[in-house]
Amino acid sequence: MEQFDQQVKSLTGILFLFLLLIVFFFGGLFYLANNPETATSIVEQEQESEGTYKAIENGIHLDTGFVVDEGMEATIQNCTNCHSAKLVTQNRMSREGWEATIRWMQDTQNLWDLGNNEELILSYLAKNYAPTAKGRRQNLDQTEWYTLE
Amino acid sequence: MGYIGMHLFILFLVLNISGMKRRDFAARVSLGTLGTILGTPIVYGHLMPKDYVPLALQNTDPFKLFNKDKEMVVLNDKPWNMEARAHLLNDAITPNRYMFIRNNGKIPENIDAENWTLTFDGEAVANPKTYSLAELKSKFKHYTYQLTLECGGNGRSEFNPPAKGNQWTVGAVSCANWTGVRLRDVLNDLGISSNAVYIGYHAADTHLSGDPTKEPISRGVPLTKAMQEETLLAFQMNGNDIPLAHGYPLRLVCGGWPASASGKWINKISIRNKVHDGAKMGGSSYRVPCETVAPGTEVDKSNMCIIESMPVKSLITYPKSGALLKLGQRININGHAWAGELEVSRMEYSLDFGSTWNVCELKKPANRLAWQHFNAAISFSKKGYYEIWARATDQNGKSQPMVLPGWNPKGYLNNACHRIAVKVV
Repeated sequence: MEQFDQQVKSLTGILFLFLLLIVFFFGGLFYLANNPETATSIVEQEQESEGTYKAIENGIHLDTGFVVDEGMEATIQNCTNCHSAKLVTQNRMSREGWEATIRWMQDTQNLWDLGNNEELILSYLAKNYAPTAKGRRQNLDQTEWYTLE
Repeated sequence: MGYIGMHLFILFLVLNISGMKRRDFAARVSLGTLGTILGTPIVYGHLMPKDYVPLALQNTDPFKLFNKDKEMVVLNDKPWNMEARAHLLNDAITPNRYMFIRNNGKIPENIDAENWTLTFDGEAVANPKTYSLAELKSKFKHYTYQLTLECGGNGRSEFNPPAKGNQWTVGAVSCANWTGVRLRDVLNDLGISSNAVYIGYHAADTHLSGDPTKEPISRGVPLTKAMQEETLLAFQMNGNDIPLAHGYPLRLVCGGWPASASGKWINKISIRNKVHDGAKMGGSSYRVPCETVAPGTEVDKSNMCIIESMPVKSLITYPKSGALLKLGQRININGHAWAGELEVSRMEYSLDFGSTWNVCELKKPANRLAWQHFNAAISFSKKGYYEIWARATDQNGKSQPMVLPGWNPKGYLNNACHRIAVKVV
């Protein structure tokens, strides 16, 4: 008897779930039928960005120039809305420096709370965009030579 | 979008369950297109701006967009920041195609020059007044000056420890012909109070975050600088309308000072009874320690002073670095030298890393605040690797340092000697 009750319960559950899915299915179809342009434009947008978005060469994410490493996605999502990735990749800072920069952007530039991503982003930046000692004046980096007539 | 997304997601599940092929349906969009593409959920996605456009869709050719030479270097594409390389700046008067771009915000769209106005307000103006651009042009006498504009952060890339911001090398400097009316003529027409000490500009560019209540930049200069003959409300650059990226249709031009004092796309000037407190006037923006500090020192905001005149500096614009010469070949080097509010009084070059210096021929400036041109004929008597170093000295006897000058948190005012590499083969 108890077993029967159990079976009825689970069957009802499955049926209910199916009903729900069917409602959503037709709801979705109805929506698409009425707004066909939404569906296609979203698909196009995805296809367009997916093509270039994932390309990587020599450990560099081609579309943004970021070093491919753990935390890159979170960095792209949170740090390229307002400004270009170039503003990040051309800079070198310690972890404290990157953190201070995030705080400055939150205080003055409308950067949002990064939540759990902050740790991920900070670690990524501190590891891949750390300063190197340059001394008081560096050597000229002359790699291209030409004959001057 | 969220609701539709949920629908589509469930639709996707249903289709998979029913054995349909995934590509048969548009179901895999959804749940935030980005999250799918990037393979990670966007935890704080609800805080993102609604009009977020993936980077892939932002590709624009800046060289065509701004009519710049292909050899210009893009440091940043949002906001646009672009610099010249030393050899591109060889012209006596910088043409647009070699002029650096430094933007703090987004370039204004749909500029209506016909109906452009400039409003004067502030504590030191009894009756705020608005002039149309046409009125400014017709009512006041026009003046043209060659004015040196250098970004306060030009040379930032060399500081150690590194300083935050666009990593300018040597090319964030220009000297173009600017035509406009004198700000002081307009201020005299307007009538300002005796308590006026500073002016601050406001402009039509918009904040990167899209927040309409924020100004990307609103800087200014003391009244004494505003009243100088060469301080212009300019509407022409090199004889034509100012290019869009450089402030069309109206730009404040304060030669010899950090170029950020020369506001672009200006539509308002506030006459202040105190130091202007607009965006990027405070904190560490365009400020250096009042008392010099050791490299890497954390400096309290109260010990940061606003940069005024730029320091003495020079650039070798010919030949381009990397020249291979024949033994005994004689070449002419040339370039420009400038010193903010001051004049350059001596120009020298060294072929032996500063052990000995030789004097260059140095021309007088076309007008005050214009850069000066120098040249020298040189040759080498022995094969080898050389560097040609250039050093300018201002009228007060201050010369460019060969190493980096005093470190400051934001990496401003690097006026270390410029040098180019040469091999005699």
